[in-house]
Amino acid sequence: MALLQITEPGKTAAPHYHNLAAGIDLGTTNSLVATVRSGLAETLPDIKGHHLLPSIVHYVKNETPQIGTAAKQYAHTDPLNTIASVKRLMGRGLKDIKTIGTRLPYDFVEKEGQGMPMIRTVAGELSPVQISAEILKNLKQRAEDSLGGALTGVVITVPAYFDDAQRQATKDAAILAGLKVLRLLNEPTAAAVAYGLDQGAEGIHVIYDLGGGTFDISILRLQRGVFEVLATAGNSALGGDDFDRVIAQWMMQEANIANDAQQSHIRELMDIARTAKETLSTQDTASLNIQLADGLQWHGTLNREQLNTLIDPLIQKTMMPCRRTLRDAGLTLDDINEVVMVGGSTRMPRVREKVGDFFKRTPHVNIDPDKVVAIGAAIQADILAGNKPDGEMLLLDVIPLSLGIETMGGLVEKIIPRNTTIPVARAQDFTTFKDGQIAMTIHIMQGERELVLDCRSLTRFELRGIPPMVAGAARIRVTYQVDADGLLSVSAKEEISGIHSDIIVKPSYGLQDNDIEQMLKDSLKYAKEDVITRNLREQQVEADRVINALRAAITTDGHHLLKHQEFVTINIKLDELLRIKESKDAKSIKKAIEQLDEVTQDFAARRMDYSIRQAMQGRSVDEFSEN
Amino acid sequence: MSSHHFDLFGLDVSFDIDNKALSDRYRELQRTVHPDKYANASEKERLLAMQKTTHINEAYQTLKNPHDRARYLLYLQGIEINDKAMIMDSDFLMKQMALHEELADIKHIDSLNAFLSRIEKQITHLIDTLSQQFSQKNYQQASETVRQFQFFTRLHETALSLEEELI
Repeated sequence: MALLQITEPGKTAAPHYHNLAAGIDLGTTNSLVATVRSGLAETLPDIKGHHLLPSIVHYVKNETPQIGTAAKQYAHTDPLNTIASVKRLMGRGLKDIKTIGTRLPYDFVEKEGQGMPMIRTVAGELSPVQISAEILKNLKQRAEDSLGGALTGVVITVPAYFDDAQRQATKDAAILAGLKVLRLLNEPTAAAVAYGLDQGAEGIHVIYDLGGGTFDISILRLQRGVFEVLATAGNSALGGDDFDRVIAQWMMQEANIANDAQQSHIRELMDIARTAKETLSTQDTASLNIQLADGLQWHGTLNREQLNTLIDPLIQKTMMPCRRTLRDAGLTLDDINEVVMVGGSTRMPRVREKVGDFFKRTPHVNIDPDKVVAIGAAIQADILAGNKPDGEMLLLDVIPLSLGIETMGGLVEKIIPRNTTIPVARAQDFTTFKDGQIAMTIHIMQGERELVLDCRSLTRFELRGIPPMVAGAARIRVTYQVDADGLLSVSAKEEISGIHSDIIVKPSYGLQDNDIEQMLKDSLKYAKEDVITRNLREQQVEADRVINALRAAITTDGHHLLKHQEFVTINIKLDELLRIKESKDAKSIKKAIEQLDEVTQDFAARRMDYSIRQAMQGRSVDEFSEN
Repeated sequence: MSSHHFDLFGLDVSFDIDNKALSDRYRELQRTVHPDKYANASEKERLLAMQKTTHINEAYQTLKNPHDRARYLLYLQGIEINDKAMIMDSDFLMKQMALHEELADIKHIDSLNAFLSRIEKQITHLIDTLSQQFSQKNYQQASETVRQFQFFTRLHETALSLEEELI
């Protein structure tokens, strides 16, 4: 039985309004959901008490798919319908997947002109976004059951080194799962939040995050609640999976198993490899027993030394990014206060040893490397949901990869360099190449190399209707804006004629908005709640959010930033929204929210300017008193 | 909000700045307008917060980086430096070519590191020069120094990308 809670006298028991929010770590191997309850961040278990949800989806014809442990048992018997490590496919094209050098045991649909890889299953052809959405739905359900209400929003973590396409794909999966994304948060930053707040750490910290399929390294400055990312680097296709693969390949060699073995066999060998790898984290040798369905048997052992020889080249691959982040942050090893290990793969003694050698200090390993990211995300979600209006914490993150544009001769001109703090906007002017040119293709690239061929193509769009002029006379200003989620939007404008074109970058490998809409409709066929109820509930939650935020704003700033007449106008619209909110019409609620937004716009701008002035005044007083 | 970067942080218009004051004030400003503080606000407010934060970030980056700061100071004087403009000083051009040739011949990480620290020394020297030129209001010479600065920054970047190949 749950104990009744009693608070300290004088402290409010239940805050007037508490938004249910959660942090989700959508991992390659395992996923987790966490939340802040009574001021404590904790991961939420399923009904059996398991916190980790294996990121595996098993599809069954005409039935709801099974997720997690329930799906895992089908990995060998039904490999083509049991999808694991789908994170590695997010935001990638079939070509990318082939160049990862991984033979993934799924039945890919090869289609001309289709960027996104689709996997053929008994439930139809599915995209990685849809498969990830299933994992998110499961975690959403777990959180709502456990918290006893609908989630107002979530923070989902992504590897810091994820590019725009991979981020967009993750956000699409969340929308498909019916989640409101408050923020996409970089995994090492989330880990730093959980660790930093817990340890009361200050100074320069390195987060070395080696997970199941991705590697990130981030250097942060922690100072009075501000977590400022100085630089980040990584490899979004390197992790524990690759360690398992080299062990499996070694076993296949030793046991004379052909390279084109059946997919179910490869899965089984990967599992044996993983178990051996885990055993070797605590013991000196691991015994290997292969007994395949086709009668093949092999017994052998693997010791730590052999393992190290196999995995050293992979660990070595993480060292170059370490070196680069230090360079980019403008720091030397002496500046580092602490190195923190995150991600399941940092349990391996060899990884700890090599990282310790590089940074010339023993890495901090006292936090649970599996849970720390979800916990950091939960803390951020709690703040973003508005449950801590006076919170001191602030995260300043960066873009991991440079953003550029294709110019003449297949070259890439960088517009925003990597490790620039977000949100950021940069503009650059271009001109026409030929006399009378009336259109221009804007090809958006991401990556560090100089050639278009070596960078990632995010998308291209056309600016049309340029008035015919001689070559070089037009002035086309291209503006890149990256928001706080690290997502890019681009606009182009011909300055002389004012012809304008905007695009929210939907990477070539991503989904178009109408695809998502269609998928939502399809998935709702199987869901219990229907579209109307869902829409209504969403709008009511949104209305509550707006009302509460506005009331808080009026309480603090209304008396000095609002004229009487404005105050009256806002109140009329506020009352209207309160009244309409109780109706059953989602559309009218939406309209009332928009109207309230309209009349409070000036107030919002004034409040922001006022807070900037306050901050600078507060600063002078602070500095004065420090001296 | 003022569009003047120095004003925004309450700093005097000068090439020599108090870096600690700059970063402290930057963080204070971020605390007030960062989009995270407005996650629950209306869409328009969130957009406004993003724009203000973008502006603060831009101003901070410009002032923090000595090369960008010098360029911005010249811009405030009405001097714009064209990226593509050639340096006319033939001595400098000769040195520039020699350095590029030297870099192309480097095959070992130790010689690269030595090369990198030489470039870094040059950059430190250019920062000192800029400091003097700006305090003497010698803007024409300062703009020449900024062009040289630009060249060394690029050379440094090229050398760094070579580092990844040599290791």
